[in-house]
Amino acid sequence: MSEGTAFKFGENVDTDLIIPARYLNTSDPEELARHCMEDADPTFASRVKPGDFIVAGANFGCGSSREHAPVAIKASGVACVIAKSFARIFYRNAFNIGLPILECPEAEEIPLEGRIRVDLQEGVIRVVDTGKVYRARPIPPFMQEIIGAGGLIPYVAARVKK
Amino acid sequence: MQRVPQTITEKILAAHAGREYVEPGELISARVDVLLGNDITAPLAIREFERIGVPVFDPAAVVLIPDHFTPNKDIKSAEQAKIMRDFARRHDLPNYYEVGRMGIEHCLLPEQGLVGPGDVIIGADSHTCTYGALGAFATGVGSTDLAAAMALGETWFKVPESLKFVYTGKLGPWVGGKDLILHTIGEIGVEGALYCAMEFCGPVIENLSLDGRLTMCNMAVEAGAKNGIIAPDEKTESYVRGRARRPYQLFASDPDAGYKKVYEYDVTGLEPCVAFPHSPDNVRPVSKAGNIKIDQVVIGSCTNGRMDDLRLAAQVLSGEKVHADVRLIVIPGTQEIYLQALKEGLVETFLAAGAVFSTPTCGPCLGGHMGVLAKGERAVATTNRNFVGRMGHPDSEVYLANPAVAAASAIAGRITSPEGVR
Repeated sequence: MSEGTAFKFGENVDTDLIIPARYLNTSDPEELARHCMEDADPTFASRVKPGDFIVAGANFGCGSSREHAPVAIKASGVACVIAKSFARIFYRNAFNIGLPILECPEAEEIPLEGRIRVDLQEGVIRVVDTGKVYRARPIPPFMQEIIGAGGLIPYVAARVKK
Repeated sequence: MQRVPQTITEKILAAHAGREYVEPGELISARVDVLLGNDITAPLAIREFERIGVPVFDPAAVVLIPDHFTPNKDIKSAEQAKIMRDFARRHDLPNYYEVGRMGIEHCLLPEQGLVGPGDVIIGADSHTCTYGALGAFATGVGSTDLAAAMALGETWFKVPESLKFVYTGKLGPWVGGKDLILHTIGEIGVEGALYCAMEFCGPVIENLSLDGRLTMCNMAVEAGAKNGIIAPDEKTESYVRGRARRPYQLFASDPDAGYKKVYEYDVTGLEPCVAFPHSPDNVRPVSKAGNIKIDQVVIGSCTNGRMDDLRLAAQVLSGEKVHADVRLIVIPGTQEIYLQALKEGLVETFLAAGAVFSTPTCGPCLGGHMGVLAKGERAVATTNRNFVGRMGHPDSEVYLANPAVAAASAIAGRITSPEGVR
């Protein structure tokens, strides 16, 4: 369970908005985090605090396959991305690197910069002020296995040692 | 046993999962024939791969290409490229392509016969879906997926539902694969094919050149698709014959295969299309573009950097001059395409018109180098994305079009069809 502020973005948030290509000459998470969401909201990186949330509409993370996008979000301290739906490569990448994401059909109703409390296991999102509860789609069992192992690499490393 | 009707995508995945058939929605583990990384994504993959602590499952299956920020634009990008080069040497990877011998990855792999019909290909680059034009299953993944597959030689997939796109009618002058795919994305939207396979077929596709088919499959990801695919035919076979490095296998969809949805487009009368900022689905016919003054034109990229594209652009530019207020940057997809363009006199046409002719690179497509836009500038590009800040400053604009429209716009100084400059 974690509580934080919901930073809201619209539909079709693309990977160039999450981390512009001009910063892809590095893969250092801290450096990427400094430019996270820069072209969508230049104040985001300075305002976001560990445990906060990104909340967005449909097709979050569309565009490039750059894993730098979920890496930048994770390193910025975001506890979880909640969106109506995710672009498929971003979806894989997020699980693979251990950034929790939740698909919530009513994501867009979550109040702008409101305080929310999120139970990742249960997929329950509660707005602190109003007590309003939103439910996310359950995480597929296979993805839970990857999360349980600590990401794809530990999952694979355990498999090749068998 | 009862026969289960399958789409081409399902058949290829089943064959690589050691199964008779697969069903949309199920999770499978599939053997991978080719794995691709570039100078942006491979360094991350290499870091993760080395944490597993095993050798590469098959050195010949891994293709590494420095194409995004190369020839290296700064010290940081040079260091990223070096990580990849050092890794390729350390693991004796035969398919590392150095600057001077390389190409934009999605132009180079088909050209060099590294990918072929029936393959399963994953690449840490979203436009890996390009190779579906050869009748392969090809999809983009992230660096960590690439790392895991370099160790295992396999990866997991959720079998996608298939969408069928049938094109009938007759294409007009200056209308090609780019316009077909822009029109389609304009119709279904950037999430219209989310998680799905886009299967392109119909008489118009049968008549389309391989270059045009590669352009179409290249942009499947722009509609959110997992893969784009075209059943291989005689054109495909004549393209891969003599190139393929491995045996290939031809698959086709069963006539009674199941589709999530079937779209039919009569393309007679379709105009060249332009995708306005800042989304590839914001598509208008070029005649409805209005008076958009431009500062730069880019012809190239993994979408439109092949011979057909350069020939088309040169045809429009022959004997003409680039508008005084416009920078035209032409980028061939590979060294081989560069050389061919030289032999055919296309390079001379471009230079005489007042264009830049570059070494192969992704460069400006992603705002990397070789033509980054300033605040407020506008570009027409034959590339695949026009997101905010894609080619440079967040307040710049990119308009996506085919190579003929791009060339004509470079002459006119505003967005126009080739008819507008004749």
